[in-house]
Amino acid sequence: MYVTDKMLPALPAPSNSNGPIHWLKNNLFSSPINAVLTLLALYFLYILIPPAINWAIIDADWFAETREGCSREGACWAFINNRFGQTIYGFYPPEAQWRVNTAFLALVLLCIPLFIQSFTKKGWLGAFILLIFPFIAYVFIHGGSFGLEIIGTDKWGGLMLTLIISIIGITLALPLGIILALGRRSEMPIVKSVSVIFIEFWRGVPLITILFMSSVMLPLFLPEGSDFDKLARAMIGIILFQAAYVAEVVRGGLQAIPKGQYEAAVAMGLTYWKSMFLVILPQALKLVIPGLVNTFIALFKDTTLVLIIGLFDLLGMVENVLGSDSKWLGFHTEGLVYTAFVFWAFCFAMSRYSMSLERKLHTGH
Amino acid sequence: MSKANTKAAMDDYIIRMINLNKWYGNFHVLKDINLDVKQGERIVVCGPSGSGKSTLIRCINHLEEHQKGQIIIEGEELTGDIKHLEKVRTNVGMCFQHFNLFPHLSIMDNLTLAPIWVRKTPKAEAEADAMKYLERVKIPDQADKYPGQLSGGQQQRVAIARSLCMNPKVMLFDEPTSALDPEMISEVLDVMVELAEEGGMTMICVTHEMGFAKQVADRVIFMDAGQIIEENVPEEFFNNPQSERTQLFLSQIIH
Amino acid sequence: MSTQQQGLTPGKPAIWNDPHYRALFFQILLIIGLGAFLYIIVNNTLSNMESRGISTGFAFLSERAGFDILQKLIPYSADSTYGRTFIVGLLNTILITVLGIVLATVLGFIVGIARLSKNWLIAKIATVYIEIFRNIPLLIQIFFWYFVVLRAMPRAKESLSFGEMFYLNVRGMNTPYPVPGEGFDFTMIALAIAVIAAFIVRSWAKKRQQATGQQFPIFWTGLGLIIGLPLIVFLLSGSPLTWDMPVFKGFNFRGGMSIIPELLALLIALSIYTAAFIAEIVRSGILAVSKGQTEAALSLGLQPNQNLRLVVIPQAMRVIIPPMTSQYLNLAKNSSLATAIGYPDLVAVFMGTTLNQTGQAVEIIAMVMAVYLTISLTISLFMNWYNAKMSLVER
Repeated sequence: MYVTDKMLPALPAPSNSNGPIHWLKNNLFSSPINAVLTLLALYFLYILIPPAINWAIIDADWFAETREGCSREGACWAFINNRFGQTIYGFYPPEAQWRVNTAFLALVLLCIPLFIQSFTKKGWLGAFILLIFPFIAYVFIHGGSFGLEIIGTDKWGGLMLTLIISIIGITLALPLGIILALGRRSEMPIVKSVSVIFIEFWRGVPLITILFMSSVMLPLFLPEGSDFDKLARAMIGIILFQAAYVAEVVRGGLQAIPKGQYEAAVAMGLTYWKSMFLVILPQALKLVIPGLVNTFIALFKDTTLVLIIGLFDLLGMVENVLGSDSKWLGFHTEGLVYTAFVFWAFCFAMSRYSMSLERKLHTGH
Repeated sequence: MSKANTKAAMDDYIIRMINLNKWYGNFHVLKDINLDVKQGERIVVCGPSGSGKSTLIRCINHLEEHQKGQIIIEGEELTGDIKHLEKVRTNVGMCFQHFNLFPHLSIMDNLTLAPIWVRKTPKAEAEADAMKYLERVKIPDQADKYPGQLSGGQQQRVAIARSLCMNPKVMLFDEPTSALDPEMISEVLDVMVELAEEGGMTMICVTHEMGFAKQVADRVIFMDAGQIIEENVPEEFFNNPQSERTQLFLSQIIH
Repeated sequence: MSTQQQGLTPGKPAIWNDPHYRALFFQILLIIGLGAFLYIIVNNTLSNMESRGISTGFAFLSERAGFDILQKLIPYSADSTYGRTFIVGLLNTILITVLGIVLATVLGFIVGIARLSKNWLIAKIATVYIEIFRNIPLLIQIFFWYFVVLRAMPRAKESLSFGEMFYLNVRGMNTPYPVPGEGFDFTMIALAIAVIAAFIVRSWAKKRQQATGQQFPIFWTGLGLIIGLPLIVFLLSGSPLTWDMPVFKGFNFRGGMSIIPELLALLIALSIYTAAFIAEIVRSGILAVSKGQTEAALSLGLQPNQNLRLVVIPQAMRVIIPPMTSQYLNLAKNSSLATAIGYPDLVAVFMGTTLNQTGQAVEIIAMVMAVYLTISLTISLFMNWYNAKMSLVER
């Protein structure tokens, strides 16, 4: 029999079980093997990081007119600086670049309300951005109407082209992918088979073969004499390719919706398309937004492949500038590091966003 | 609370906790716990959530480490020593709130895994023992099924049988019925009662099931905010709680 | 009587409202639409090809190729047929895929497990590795290894050497090449016997454990057999293995085996890139096994390595293998980026050079896609079989 009414105070942890020394002991040196690993890791970082920082920042030259202006000790960022415009816009004439800027700025501004909690018309805004805005932007950038000079797609390049290909790719792949996902879950055998064959085909072959197919075989498919814009050819291949991946992601979402939702919609008297559009798809798409963002990130990385068929995305532009301009021969490393960094920055930011989205949506469900 | 340190006195006790203190980081979760358990005793630990009761029993088989104080099991102090730890864990069995059966193994394999790999028992003998315990928990026909095919109550009974297969001297229960649907609680409690009364097993149970405590416990311990507030035999504990905190807690759970 | 019967069978709606017929009608429309579409395309293609003077059919496969290939695993020359070109390219693709899968898996497991290490520094380094190499396009990584790292290698004359046996230079890597002598067959036979013996020992030891409970070090015994037995036979038969060492004479290395830098760059880039994804998969797999499983195992007295072997890893592998085979498939498809740096894989020599020379785009692209589709389908089938076999039995 024991009783006490004296509540003991909460004491701080004993000094040898908390605090920096204890943390070091536990986390870095907890066993002989760990100690050795820690020392090896520290050594490895020591031989890697200081020279890299030296090369990239401390000894680097940021501004120069020609390659002589760059000493060879550090990185020569001057050449990137000099050709920065080209890496962003490709061959798009500088005086018309305001059109590109406007289009992208408009896109960013349009997307902002999507992040505001209290904005209620997100569905409509999203549909507008995905389905209507690309056409407006295309007309604006390409020109030919409203007195805007035509600037052909062969002049488009650099980061602008990378973004255009990825964004148009995903926006047009999305509706097609949704239809394919619905088709794959359909009970009509022909519809199901056609969807399955389509999806498995486009997912089973490498993107390079699709790009080749687009640029070489597509002209053969069309009636004699019709010429086809190179970028458009590549885009068709990319859109069909992406649609298959989007279809699989959306299918996962459709599978995750409890059967009761389908049954409730039918019980209310909604037709197939109405129940899909009003009940099922909104839930399914919300579930797979992280998956769709991941698909977009993959597409963004894959756009680099278009340089193989002669389109000049960011990587292609940098390679082209290096190769063609004799003023800047020999700075391949700087070019690749710059390109890698730009891609990394975009992809890392997007993947962080996707992870935070996943956490947010997970708790909501 | 006798603190006699003579060897004879210590031999009576199968588990002793002396001035046990534990911190999670800077959070003082167990404060000066003193508890002695004799062989064959049945102890029920109760208290509000966050009081540290689960942490307490998890310290006994070293699933949680303590920073200050001593835990002495069968006369030997529990430190991080691996050899001693293995011996302790074969003699102390534990049942978890979420059963933790191995889903990729059949029920029979779940039960015979430890005897075969730890006690090096031949397979036939291990299986015979396992069947005995399955019969004791009243589900011998499920031996070839998989955990995913069993109900919650059946899984928990299998978990108890699994611990028993190692012939432990002490059984620890960490809220064994809290995750069960109401209609399955009594089948598990029946097994635990039989274990205590027929088997004479030393048991330390963290539970909210006060009916079980009244029926089986030798002592009931109430914990709050990391320390033991009150400890008594069940009749006195439930009918005549001394501390205000105990009274408050009992009024909240008995309605 | 007939009115009663009429009440028993459910009435049928009009044909145009019956969902079954509507579905049928819709599908027939779909088939007709698709068929028409395909017909138009095929027609256009044939007439376009005719007007451009491109021949059709697969006869080109027996024509002379007229170009040599940088790396060939079977005999090949400019006089070989296009059909042989296809095989050489295919073998090169398979080579890099298999090597890449092995390297990526090993590296991926190491990094994945490192990420879970209690050692904070190691875990952080692994995280940084994953976040860097996952987010940079593969093509950039390939270019980096090829144009920046390997081009920076010294000339053949001043190669970086490792122990006088391995030489790294701007033309690739030169390694020793094993030349089996007379009597080497016995060593090979001994190896085969050792492998069989290892399996027999394993069987015997398992039975013994079931009967008596005693445990037997199966792994070490097996390893000892597989290494020891052939080694003894090898030494007893006079060590009949010589190494053709690469020796620098004149302007280049003679002898030994030379590995082209294209293969090196592609292999390193592919492995490092895919390993970053595999590391995440391994980490998720191990984390997917709930902590309670380990707690239960340890509470029963199992040692940590027994817990890993019997409880954690079997459950983790179920979660790891499906996405990992996806990554293997991605690696196989990504190997086609070889075209960008001139590694002669299937896409480069067949869909590249051969297509340029013959112009028979349809047949060539179809053949190449068929190869990749076969690889994809095989891996998919394996995955379905594996998933069905391994799925946890539930009610």
